[in-house]
Order: sequence, then C-alpha cells, then structure tokens
Amino acid sequence: MSAFFAIVGRDLKLAARLGGDALTLVLFFVMVGAVMPFAIGPDRVLLAQLAPGIIWIAAFLSMLLGLDRLFRADEDDGSMLLFRHAVIPLEAVVAAKMLAHWLLTAVPVLVATPLLAVMLSMDGTSWGETALALLLGTPALTAFGTIGAAVTVSLKRGGLLAPVLILPLAIPVLIFGVAMIGAPVGSSAAMLFLSALSLVSVAFCPFAAALALRVGTE
Amino acid sequence: MTELATQPKQPNWFSRLAHPGNFMAWTRPLIMPLAVLTALAFVTGLWLAFFRAPLETENVGTTLPILYIHVPTAWLSQFIYGAMFAAALGTLVWRHPLADVAARAAAPLGAAFTVLALFTGALWGRPTWGTFWEWDGRMTSTLILLFIYLGIIALWRAFDDQLKAARIVAIFTLVGSVNIPIIKFSVDWWNTLHQPATLITSTGPRMAPEIFLPLMVMLVSFTLLFVTLELVSIHTGILKRRADSLSRQAAMGSAA
Amino acid sequence: MMAAKPLLTAENLALRRGERLLFQRIGFTLSPGELLLLRGPNGAGKSSLLGVLSGLLQPTDGKVEWAGEAPPHVLGHLSGVKTRLTLAENLDFWASVNGRTGIAVAAALETVGLGGLDGIEAGHLSAGQTRRLGLARLLVTDRQVWLLDEPTASLDAKGDGLVAGLIAQRLATGGAVIAATHHDIAGVTGTLMLGATP
Repeated sequence: MSAFFAIVGRDLKLAARLGGDALTLVLFFVMVGAVMPFAIGPDRVLLAQLAPGIIWIAAFLSMLLGLDRLFRADEDDGSMLLFRHAVIPLEAVVAAKMLAHWLLTAVPVLVATPLLAVMLSMDGTSWGETALALLLGTPALTAFGTIGAAVTVSLKRGGLLAPVLILPLAIPVLIFGVAMIGAPVGSSAAMLFLSALSLVSVAFCPFAAALALRVGTE
Repeated sequence: MTELATQPKQPNWFSRLAHPGNFMAWTRPLIMPLAVLTALAFVTGLWLAFFRAPLETENVGTTLPILYIHVPTAWLSQFIYGAMFAAALGTLVWRHPLADVAARAAAPLGAAFTVLALFTGALWGRPTWGTFWEWDGRMTSTLILLFIYLGIIALWRAFDDQLKAARIVAIFTLVGSVNIPIIKFSVDWWNTLHQPATLITSTGPRMAPEIFLPLMVMLVSFTLLFVTLELVSIHTGILKRRADSLSRQAAMGSAA
Repeated sequence: MMAAKPLLTAENLALRRGERLLFQRIGFTLSPGELLLLRGPNGAGKSSLLGVLSGLLQPTDGKVEWAGEAPPHVLGHLSGVKTRLTLAENLDFWASVNGRTGIAVAAALETVGLGGLDGIEAGHLSAGQTRRLGLARLLVTDRQVWLLDEPTASLDAKGDGLVAGLIAQRLATGGAVIAATHHDIAGVTGTLMLGATP
C-alpha cells in the first residue's frame, strides 16, 4: 500500500512544484462558464436556469482537455516502464495515478464552482446540488479519461485524440449529472445512477487502462 | 528473409482457414458470386417494395419506402459494432492478424452505414415529426455510436505501427461495447425524462406482411452488401500490409 | 559454471516485429555470478531482447522464467528521473515503489558519487549525473538480476569504472547481470551476438 500512496504523493508533489497546471485548469473552467453569458445574453433568470448545465459542460471540458498529462510525463521520462516492475501491479499504479489526477483536476474545479455560481446567478441550493453532482460524477469522468489517456499515450500527437475518444463514452455522466440537479422527477434515480456509474467505472477502468499501457509499450 | 523456425503447434482447421494467405486464397473466388448475390437481393427487395407492397400506410404515410433503407442500415450500424467486438476479442485473445485487418476494415463501413441510418432517419423525420432532427432516444444513441466509430477510425489512423494499433483499438472497442448499453439506457432515460413518450413507434407490431417481406429482403441485401464490402476491404488491407512490409524490407536491404 | 539454480531461464525466444524477425532460437540460463553481454549492431534487437527478458515485451515464441518472486531491475535509455524532485525524493520514490530491500537512499547516492547532493532538484544534474542517479535506483531495492541497456551511456571514464564496480559487486553477492554494451567489462561469462544473420 505504501507504493500506492508514494505514487499519489509524488504526483501531488510534482503538481505543487510545477504549480501552473491546476491554476490553468481552474482558469479554463471559469472562462468556459464566463463566456456563456456572451453567447446566451445577460438575462439573469435564463442564466440561473441554465447554470447547472453550463457548469457541467465547463467541468466536462476542463477534465477532458487535461487528460493528456495523466501518463505523458511518466511515459517521456521512462517511469512508465519502471512501474511495470514495481511491487504493486500496473493496475494499482494506474489507480494511484487516477486518484492523484482526480485530486488535481476535480477538486480545483469543485473549489471554483462558487465563483461561477455567483456569476451565473445561481441560488445556494442549486449550487449545492451542482457541487454534489460534480463530486459524484467526476470520478467517472476521470476513470473514462484514464482509459483515453492510456490508449493514446504511445502516440506523440495524442493530445486531442483522447478527449474525442472519451467524450461519447462520458455522455451518460453528463446526462445523470445534470438530471440530478433541480428536477424533482427522477433526480434521486439520477443520483443513484451517477454514483453507480462512478463506482463501476473506477473499479473497471484501471484494468482496461493498464492493459492499454502494456500494449502501448510493446 | 529467415522464417520463424517453430510454427504454432498443430494448427486447427480454423487457424488454417484464417491464416491471411490462405484466407485470401479461399475467399477470392467468393467475392464475385457474393457481389452478384447482393445485387440480386437488392433487385428482389426493391421490386417487392415498389411493385408488390403498398407505397404508403396510415401511420407513416408516403415516407414508407425510406424504412427499407433506414431499418437495414440502422441494424447494420449495431451489427458491425458487434462484428468489431468479435474481431477485438480475436486480436486480444488469439492475437490473430486477420482479426486486426477485419476490425480495421469494418470501422469505416460501420461509420458509413451509421451515417446512412441517421440520414434516412432525418429524411423520414422531416414529414413525420416536422423536423430533420429530433432528440429521440434512438437517433441520439445512433449519433453517439457514430462518434464512437469516428473516434475508432481516428485512433487507427493515429498509429504508425499497425500491430500496436490493432491491439489498442481492440481494447477501446471492448470498452466501447461495455459502454454502448449504458449510453443507450441513459439516453432513453434522459429522453423520457424531458419529453414523455408521444412519438409513434415507427416499426409497430401491426406491420402488414406485404411490407414485412420486402423489409426482410432488404435487411438481408444490406447485410450481404456489408459482407461483400468487408471481404474486399480485408483483401485490400492484407495486400497493403504486404506492400508495406516489402517496402520495409527494401529499405533494410539497401541499408545493409 | 556453478551448479546453482539459475536466476533466469530463456527458452527458444523469438520476436517478430510485423513481418520482420528480430531474433529467434535464443535460449540460455543465467546463474548467480554470471555476466552475459549482448552485442550486435544498431537495430539488431538488443533492447528488444532485454525487453523480452524483463517481461515488458511478449515474445513471439519461447518463454522467460525468473527465479523467485521479484522481477529483475531494468536500466533503459531513460532513467525515470523527475527533474522537479530532489535526488533524495527521486530515489526514495523508487524505493517505495520497488520495495525498500536495498541500501539507504543517502548511502546509494554516496556510492554512485552523488553524495551530499540529496536536497538538489534533479533538473540541475548533467546527463552523466542523471545516469548515475538512475544507477542508484538499482541499489535502493535489492533485485538479483539486473538487465542493463547501454549502462555506460553518457558516462565518462570514471562513470564506466563505477558501472563496472557496481556490476562486479552484484555478481559477487549472488546476483547476475545481462548488459547490452560495447564496452568490455570484467567478469564476463558469456556473450550473445545478435543480428549476425541478414
């Protein structure tokens, strides 16, 4: 288990040393949300109504666009090959990196949601529901994203390919994530589906991603 | 070129038939007859559809003939993914080169038939729903399926090493096939949440037998068309691999 | 040759890359104290053979067996060094990931000639020093078999001596080493020529 947490800790430490990445991500997230009023118009009522959807889209895009970083650095400096001879299986390595990536992408986005909530005239309840939905749904986004990153890591120009591959697969997350906000009909069902999706994908994706990484290094 | 000394032990009938070279040999004579059969099936189906069956019905009106293309292509859009799933297993479990080529050949065909299904669906939707595009559960999940096909094609094209590409794409195809039912379910769920089922089901159980027959024949025709195109495409794929390997050998020969 | 149980057994290995056959019918056993050198021109498949022996690549034919549970140590072209972590953090990380069965981090740095640089970020190191840091990784976890791909790459004459010393020590303490290198190293018990056939 210490190897698992060593990997999580190293990725967090590296992100802290490099600094800029989390800030860029938050900036992107806020900017996607902030340009919506320019496209839709400054109507506060309409914006408040669309806000959960806007925040989800912004989070969805920020999480998908940051995917390439998940394995790229370790692939480039040879760490990925060395992980194959660790005391823990590659699946556990992938799970550790997945956890670190979730902490580095989903948490900053969650922290930044109040900012967008204010800008989009959301009320407190609506913001709370959106944040809860993001908390429950982002693990699934990260898990799917891990597969996308693993599948494209052996490509030098895989940067845009991973989001394109993963976006269609992640649509259910978006559907249930937005559905559990505000809608009295079926919102608890959506919450259950979303949680189930996150649990199952987090359990399943490290295996698929590890398989792709093994094939990719051949 | 030196040959691998140890061949796999005791190749069974299947791996003998599926060996790329043998496969080319025994399927080449099949292509022409298959093409003729496909053409005959289409002629029969269209004849039944336009001369034996009514051209309009009460619930779908004059758009009925569109169904003869729409239903088979929609079926193929899913059937081809199933075929790719089988090929992906062949690639990952048995590491069979024919499975690689077959999967690669199937992806563009799947995308093409999915586009046809969406296009005919839109044509059918215009007079029926009054709009080309409706966020109907089936159309939406077919659209997402098209995105998945296009992603797979993009993934194939991104790799230089086709051997690696085959196995990576196979993993993604398997992940996709686990996801497709979830996507279908979520889209249906989303659709009914937003608009309670008011749509008429296009292929109701009350289908008249004189419509059912041509529809079945068209279904068979399109499936035959797919098989023919897939076979031709596999042949092209195998030849392309051989050409690539000859080029590589030539490059190595001049370097030595 | 000693009669001890072999640490690594390769049987009838063959590797095919697409239509190209890199090597075939490679078989040997590696017992404690043995040093096997892989030689051959560029592109002959030395790195690929090391990949197969380390289990990273699936051979087209044949099999590889390691004695015991632990996989071999691998030193490839890339050292797996993070430039923004300090030397000590880098080594400590690999010790956690691979198991803390070797010597302490500070001692390992001392051994490879990077003593006292613990707190410096690895990005400040030269290519040769980075390589030494990569070698130190072999010391913080004890693994019996070392698979080294061009271990002396980007090292100076003193570095060559260091590599030779580390290998000699590994051999003397019951380990075995396979190295792909053009240098001559003391204690060679076998040489495998690759790429002899066109």
